[in-house]
Amino acid sequence: MPKSRSRSDTAFRIGTGAFGFLLIALVAGIGIVLAIESMASIQKFGLNFWRTEIWDPVAGEFGALPFIWGTLYSSVLALLIATPIALGIAIFISELCPAALRQPLVFVTELLAAIPSIVYGLWGIFVMVPAVRVLETSLPDAMRKLPLFSGPPLGLGMLSAALILAIMVIPFISSISREVLKSVPPAQREGAYALGATRFEAIRAAVFYARTGIIGAVMLGFGRALGETMAVTMVIGNNPKVALSLFAPQYTMAAVVANEFAEAADKLYLSALVEIGLVLFIITLIINSFSRLLIWSMARTETVTAEPIDAEAAA
Amino acid sequence: MMTPTGRRKLLSSLFVAFCAGAVLLALIPLALILFFVVSRGILSLNLAFFTHMPTPVGEAGGGMANSIVGTLMLSGLAALMAVPIGVISGIYMSEYAGSRFAAAVRFAADTLNGVPSIVIGLFAYVVAVLPFQQFSAFAGGFALGLMMIPIIARTTEELLLLVPGTMREGALALGATRARAVFSVVLPAALPGIVTGAVLALARIAGETAPLLFTAFNNRFFSTSLRQPISSLTVQVYTYATGPYEDWHRQAWAGALVLVSIVLICSLLARLATRRLERMHARG
Repeated sequence: MPKSRSRSDTAFRIGTGAFGFLLIALVAGIGIVLAIESMASIQKFGLNFWRTEIWDPVAGEFGALPFIWGTLYSSVLALLIATPIALGIAIFISELCPAALRQPLVFVTELLAAIPSIVYGLWGIFVMVPAVRVLETSLPDAMRKLPLFSGPPLGLGMLSAALILAIMVIPFISSISREVLKSVPPAQREGAYALGATRFEAIRAAVFYARTGIIGAVMLGFGRALGETMAVTMVIGNNPKVALSLFAPQYTMAAVVANEFAEAADKLYLSALVEIGLVLFIITLIINSFSRLLIWSMARTETVTAEPIDAEAAA
Repeated sequence: MMTPTGRRKLLSSLFVAFCAGAVLLALIPLALILFFVVSRGILSLNLAFFTHMPTPVGEAGGGMANSIVGTLMLSGLAALMAVPIGVISGIYMSEYAGSRFAAAVRFAADTLNGVPSIVIGLFAYVVAVLPFQQFSAFAGGFALGLMMIPIIARTTEELLLLVPGTMREGALALGATRARAVFSVVLPAALPGIVTGAVLALARIAGETAPLLFTAFNNRFFSTSLRQPISSLTVQVYTYATGPYEDWHRQAWAGALVLVSIVLICSLLARLATRRLERMHARG
């Protein structure tokens, strides 16, 4: 090989690699920049920042517990609603539905993922929240005494936030679960059918086989829900109070940054908000990495076990 | 009394019904959203919406011309930044797919893709607003570009990997350098798909609000300056939706209709394009 050619190839590798490195640098850069900017708040409040409940920027009191609570609570509730529905959709599309229906259904669920967050929020404020308010007021008094349903039925609050988040993460969880189910070797289902399994039992075998990947898909949905900003900001009520009640207006980490950052005047206030962003970044980073690892390990075991079966079929 | 087999069959049918029900359940909010956005948006959507500026509060009519131009500019800036970076890092990931460093780049792209949009906004604020003490269209485009990079990179990578290896090998065997083989043979073969992916990414980016709140901010006036704050459809819809006036709400629905139409049209075009590509591949 002529020398100039190998030199050109090295230059190509380094040149394109530099752009790849840029991506790594960006991720690291986000973490570093946010960490530097939140130093003032970290040094002033330490861990108490995440343990105290009073958020009063005017008085200089910054406790972020209500935000982390609101973020986790709304996301967990959303997943409780979204997971069974999303898995049902994934199973219906990949295992049950007629082939002609598959592409249109995939397209429609992807459309649900493509609608901008602000449109969900707009619809949430003017259509869903009034409907939730009606639902809340129609709850029998006996149930209203439970702490889960205490407080005035405003419509704006945790329940609305959880519902809108659930609608928004369903397409994510279902599309990844569908991919994961697709990678289950057909022999898993065929084996079950051969043993006389019903449809449900055969699918259960496939789902059990794909469980790691499906857990990964659900966690990826969790990561999405944690960081979702606009729609939640518009329907959760934006009240920094830790509450168990589904009716109570609450607040999330993303929402407080979205609402208050542009108006935050003094340095400590800005720093406190950046610290909230930093923690949100770290939490989503951990959850996303872990779920990718699960999905990836699933894809890998699949190729390992599937190959001998395919080879036999080919022979 | 039911036999065990009967019970198993019943359970199985119930399960199938549950799955079909889940699909219907997910279609309800989609249908409701589309219904409300179209039926309410169409009431305020007219030519003036695209050509006129917002009227002062209390005065009916007016449009969102400045926001529409703003969204176009911000998306354009984002594409200008993200397409070269995304495509070239995608090339790296596919050309050196087996290497450890490529795996690290892929991981970084997926991570970047999962970073909440509001966090991207914070980062862009510190990097592109704070040093200049000024909200600007440039900072907004930068924030959107950051979100677009990983989408473009991963799409490019996936599409390049679909190009048959024999094409690359053919070029190399004729004495082409690696760069020549990629830019003259492999990349052109994947180009239609990459363009489709870029259009989809652009549609997604045009619908983002959170990264713009404190980068591009908002602007009541018509502006095309990169160094001034600029309005966008999404931030304007947010302002209108959370404001107290009936008239603002009407404008918000009209803005939402424009946003949804952009997404819908882009997805449909992309779907048609992919279909054509698939058919071409099947034939070829």
